[in-house]
Amino acid sequence: MTGLSLRRLKALCWKETLQIFRDPSSNLIAFVLPVLMLFIFGFGINLDSAKLRIGVWKEDSGPAAEAFVAALTASPWLEVDSFESRSATEKALIDSQIRGFVVISEDFSRKMESHSAIAPVQVIADGSEPNIAQFVSANVNGVWQIWQAQRAEDRGEEAQREISLEPRYWFNSSAESRNFLIPGSITVIMTVIGAMLTSLVVAREWERGTMEALLASPVTRAELLLSKVLPYYVLGMISLLLCVATAKWVLGVPFRGSVLALCVVGTFFLLSVLGIGLAISTATRNQFNAAQAALNAAFLPAMMLSGFIYEISSMPPLLRAITHLIPARYFVSSMQTLFQAGTIWRILWPDILLLMASSALFIGLTAKLTKRRME
Amino acid sequence: MSEVVVSFREVSKSFKGMEMPALDAVSGEIRTGRITGLVGPDGAGKTTLLRLIAGLLEKDSGEIATLGHDPGKEAAEIRERVGYMPQKFGLYEDLSVLENLTLHADLRNVIGQERRETFDRLLEFTDLKRFADRFAGKLSGGMKQKLGLACALLGRPKLLLLDEPGVGVDPISRKELWGMVEDLVSQGIAVVWSTAYLDEAELCGTTLVLNEGKLLFSGTPREMTAPLEGQCYQLKNLSSGKRSLLTKALARPEVSDGSIQGHHLRLTFRKGEKLFSPDVIGAGETAEWAAVRPRFEDAFIDLLGGGPSGESVLAKHVRAIPSDDEVVIEAQNLTKKFGDFAATDSVSFQVKRGEIYGLLGPNGAGKSTTFKMMCGLLLPTSGKASVVGLDLRKSAGKARQKLGYMAQKFSLYGGITVQQNLDFFSGVYGLTGQRQREKTGEMADIFHLQPFLKSKTDSLSLGYKQRLALACSVMHEPDLLFLDEPTSGVDPVTRREFWTHINGLVERGVTVMVTTHFMDEAEYCDRIGLVFRGKLIANGTPDELKAMVATAENPDPSMEDAFIELVTGKENA
Repeated sequence: MTGLSLRRLKALCWKETLQIFRDPSSNLIAFVLPVLMLFIFGFGINLDSAKLRIGVWKEDSGPAAEAFVAALTASPWLEVDSFESRSATEKALIDSQIRGFVVISEDFSRKMESHSAIAPVQVIADGSEPNIAQFVSANVNGVWQIWQAQRAEDRGEEAQREISLEPRYWFNSSAESRNFLIPGSITVIMTVIGAMLTSLVVAREWERGTMEALLASPVTRAELLLSKVLPYYVLGMISLLLCVATAKWVLGVPFRGSVLALCVVGTFFLLSVLGIGLAISTATRNQFNAAQAALNAAFLPAMMLSGFIYEISSMPPLLRAITHLIPARYFVSSMQTLFQAGTIWRILWPDILLLMASSALFIGLTAKLTKRRME
Repeated sequence: MSEVVVSFREVSKSFKGMEMPALDAVSGEIRTGRITGLVGPDGAGKTTLLRLIAGLLEKDSGEIATLGHDPGKEAAEIRERVGYMPQKFGLYEDLSVLENLTLHADLRNVIGQERRETFDRLLEFTDLKRFADRFAGKLSGGMKQKLGLACALLGRPKLLLLDEPGVGVDPISRKELWGMVEDLVSQGIAVVWSTAYLDEAELCGTTLVLNEGKLLFSGTPREMTAPLEGQCYQLKNLSSGKRSLLTKALARPEVSDGSIQGHHLRLTFRKGEKLFSPDVIGAGETAEWAAVRPRFEDAFIDLLGGGPSGESVLAKHVRAIPSDDEVVIEAQNLTKKFGDFAATDSVSFQVKRGEIYGLLGPNGAGKSTTFKMMCGLLLPTSGKASVVGLDLRKSAGKARQKLGYMAQKFSLYGGITVQQNLDFFSGVYGLTGQRQREKTGEMADIFHLQPFLKSKTDSLSLGYKQRLALACSVMHEPDLLFLDEPTSGVDPVTRREFWTHINGLVERGVTVMVTTHFMDEAEYCDRIGLVFRGKLIANGTPDELKAMVATAENPDPSMEDAFIELVTGKENA
């Protein structure tokens, strides 16, 4: 069915807008949830390693051992506790009071003195949390190397100094994970507004019988579809700009792209998720089912498979292939470009084109599913 | 002068996953100049037929012409001229009265001067002017119904389709709406009014009676009841128990159907059969026959092949509880507030052992709230509820073991089989092993559930679902039975069967408390409490309540008359 009456479309959009502002649950999803999520991702989730608590069990009391422990204690990345026995140290690790511990054996100082012998240091970490275990081992290792280099220097043996690494992080110079997480979390927020909210509203119309009343009126299919897309598109864009503004001025995340580019990328991503949400609710006609489906089809993939938290390049090939089907993936990469690098159209274009294709796909699917009848 | 607006011939429609077709070769027509009643229990196919006429569904086979167009193929042609009010009125609850009207006016191109005039006229007509800025969700059932009607009337339709407008509305508002619709009919609009209430059907100009997708009858209510003329009688001035007399009367070969009406029996005789002497069933010397006009319900039951037998097999399987004239259910100044809204406001009543006590009132009056407090499911804000001498505030758990409860909405597990539901509920009430197997087997036999034991409960028809729900609530042989709208939406024969069981149980000494919004069903009760806006406005036997409002012009008022009178009397006082 074709035909479009501006009066009818305007009336439907106005009704939708009134409902968004009056319904407490829509309000919650549209306005409260985004801010809440932004702050959770901004402050709550942090992939950077903070100070790690470790233990030291010293069997040797020679000067070298004392000096090494002092070096560990002085490290800004470590907080060092000492215990009265080895078993107490082990117990502390088992009880998760410490993340790992260093054992300095009784012949440590003696071996350090003699140039020929190797002085071993044992590092034990909690392997059940591999990420942290690696941090423990790397940090202790780093302290060890600096300490040795310094000892050599003190003795005037400059030549022994190893290659020193001075990393510089481009685009995110302080390597703060927040700068990387915020663009990704905006993706999740847009998904919630686009897919969850819209999937609920159409299903609600079916449940409350208002859809039946609409279908019995002269409304056309195009009007019905547009009246759901337009208000939520506007709502989503406002939310997007609000999120970016909050990220930049409240959370202090640098935004280096242009607003125009943001709007272009945002538009096509929003249309994709709106399409998913509408297709789901048109097919389920039931709020509970729609929420379940939207959670699985839009929200979880946006969380897990978009590259927002888990790096796509380190996924197994099958999962990596699946990520190509998820619109959020392209939006995450565009957002990270816009936030951290700037408006680089050469990089943005492929993502934009793919988002355009997915919007066309999902909106088209909804149009196909939207029937002018109740069947 | 009446004009055919819709005609349909041999229309059939099936839905996926349903064994029976929703509509099976149904033919008929709808004319201007009268209200056409589309009558039948839930699941009869009423809504499907309305949706087919409005072009909201496409038929499988047959022919339909709505205003001269095929609604399936040329829906756009008819939409402007068909007003449609779905069940639950199809209103946006978070929009105001005026916003709802404006939306529908925009959708139907009613603008400018015409809109102003139409709004004025409709707000006047529906008496909603005072509430123009109120949200639709905050309106009472009656006002929602009027607003739904106003929305459907925008654009001056030629045909008005109303899907169960009488549900959830108090009798006064229903009467008002009926008057409004009659007004529309006189203006030349064809109106279809679908209903499951047979007393509503009786008022229609003409009716189409559906059951299980088939057309049973089409014609005026007079034509419907004509075959039973001279076959319906009341047996008055009974000397002994009305319930046992009904059982005996129904066992007579002459009688096809019967029910209790206050202190009297109402019986339908088979064609050509003569009255028997009241002595034959032991009704006493004073008992006498009085001819009554057959009602729509009598005719419907006749079309379905007569009523069920008067003997409850269920009652035979439960232990007899000695009668002791003790008060077993008692409410003292029971009040339940939700926020500052009092759903139940200082309600008091007493029920003696072996009585049927009915709470009667429109939806939203506070019946279910009162009911839930009486079985310990809701805690009263103030006042006291007790059953068999146990205060429900203190010993709800102990009390619950003594009572059976059948909830208003289907509250069994739809995803599991009938047998599994029986097993589960018998287990919950503490039946185990041999006794549990016996009891569930008995229930399956009594309620004719044998063929469905392995079927998913969701796939049962409403009548069987209600039977199963009743079975689940009586397996532990409770002293008290709480039934919340047990017969809402079922066909009249199933309804009779339910009351046969209830009567049978009461004869064995069970005490029954029941809610209903069917005014005529109140006649089965020993005593009734009329509930309106949270308050108990009257309390007494059906005959007492009716006698309260009897006047010179109306010496024999119906239960509905009594209700309306008592409510308006309350309002004017």
